[in-house]
Amino acid sequence: MKNLVILGAGTAGTMMANHLHHHLKTPDWNISIIDERDKHYYQPGFLFLPFDIYTPDDIIKTVDEFIPKDVSLIKSRVDKILPEENKVQLADGKQLDYDVLIIATGAKISPEETPGMGGEEWQKSVFDFYTFEGALALRNKLRDWTGGNLVVHITEMPIKCPVAPLEFAFLADSFFKNKDMRDKVGITYVTPLSGAFTKPKATEALTHLLDEKHIRIESDFAIEQVDNENKQIIDYGGRAIPFDILVTVPTNKGDELMDRSGMGDDLNYVPTNKATLQSKVYPNIFVLGDASDIPASKAGSVAHFEAEILTDNILHFVKGEPLSEEFDGHANCFIETGNDKALLIDFNYTHEPVEGSFPFPGIGPLRLLKESRMNHMGKLAFRWIYWNVLLKGTHIPFVSANMSESGKHYEKALNE
Amino acid sequence: MEKVIAGKPITVNEEGYLTDFNQWDEKVGEAIAAENHLSLTPRHWDVIRYLQNEQKNQVALSIRRVGKSGVVDIRELYSLFPNAPLKTATKIAGIPKPASCI
Repeated sequence: MKNLVILGAGTAGTMMANHLHHHLKTPDWNISIIDERDKHYYQPGFLFLPFDIYTPDDIIKTVDEFIPKDVSLIKSRVDKILPEENKVQLADGKQLDYDVLIIATGAKISPEETPGMGGEEWQKSVFDFYTFEGALALRNKLRDWTGGNLVVHITEMPIKCPVAPLEFAFLADSFFKNKDMRDKVGITYVTPLSGAFTKPKATEALTHLLDEKHIRIESDFAIEQVDNENKQIIDYGGRAIPFDILVTVPTNKGDELMDRSGMGDDLNYVPTNKATLQSKVYPNIFVLGDASDIPASKAGSVAHFEAEILTDNILHFVKGEPLSEEFDGHANCFIETGNDKALLIDFNYTHEPVEGSFPFPGIGPLRLLKESRMNHMGKLAFRWIYWNVLLKGTHIPFVSANMSESGKHYEKALNE
Repeated sequence: MEKVIAGKPITVNEEGYLTDFNQWDEKVGEAIAAENHLSLTPRHWDVIRYLQNEQKNQVALSIRRVGKSGVVDIRELYSLFPNAPLKTATKIAGIPKPASCI
């Protein structure tokens, strides 16, 4: 019997278990998935929790319920990958052999990378919303906050879901308007990028929205430290931005397991072929989702598209066939813009987000790069899709893993 | 588009970055630096040569990586190239603006 081992039972790992158990069956194959956690969080919901739009119950389920019965779920911390020996070593010293290894250990925040960020103001006036605990603490703070300077901040790229901090700023604008206290709150968006977003076309649309909502933008801000005493963030050039509440996205890093195993780059991401999702060093190791270093967005939609392609590639690999180099970096993201509206963007390695309609060319019903209520309904409906369709590895009808070019108004991405 | 830099016609993109490194020489670097109100010291040149070398080896450039390079720390990088150091330094070095990750 051969062994396929998946590290991480988050969005990406769970989808792979659900895809592969249909194809790699006993007695020829045994599939195991290893994760120490009990809870599976719907991470896009962390954006809504601080504004009391979702409750904790909406976004938490158990890891077990999404793992197929014929896949062994091993609840353990992984101590080390021994890639030269094709083994994984668990926390208790036990070793597991693998023929194929899938790394889906994700990315997480590392506030300790920035001096002062995890200091005495952490979860008092300095918050993250990329963890359940952070989003919940922020919800409690916002419930009875009486106003002041709200600073929404990105430490450095890449981060999971690069649009989430913008959405946070838009939703905050809406939230305080609804509470009739928008005039008591100044919102500043602070980014290390030169503009609102990484892609020029989308930046134009998003900058317009920031202006419209009176959200100030501070760009090219490379943070040096959080000054807890004076409640300000300071960049390397000496620029200081005061805050009453700082909502920051700390540096994101891959799992420390990669550092312990000598397999990661300087941010613990695993060097990965961006088309095949195969490790650049070990042919029987594949990487998907936030754990890899490919130049695609770190987002659930990307992991979803990757999972479909990686399933094919793993089946090719176990049959000794050449891999099909297919993944095009496809990402498809709703961007909440407040007041029950949202934008939708669709892009890949080479194409910028553009205007048009999705998923049916010329029809929609969703509009790309334009605010609409329908897009917002799409974003809310996505939670149901996530739990009931996406994690189970069921194909979402009409949405292909590679990006469709019809019905869209294209210009090639710059810098390509 | 074409722009005369240090007396030579040079092809640049709309943000002023050179599109062909073969057209770059130290005089061109100095002229771009002057446009950015900088006069280049030996420390500037250490950074510029380091960036050109990284670009040649296809290493993705980031402020974090430069800060850990041993060539210069981030604080000094900011004092050498104020405001947006990596963007300014790559422009002077004649290499593309670092693609920010998505």
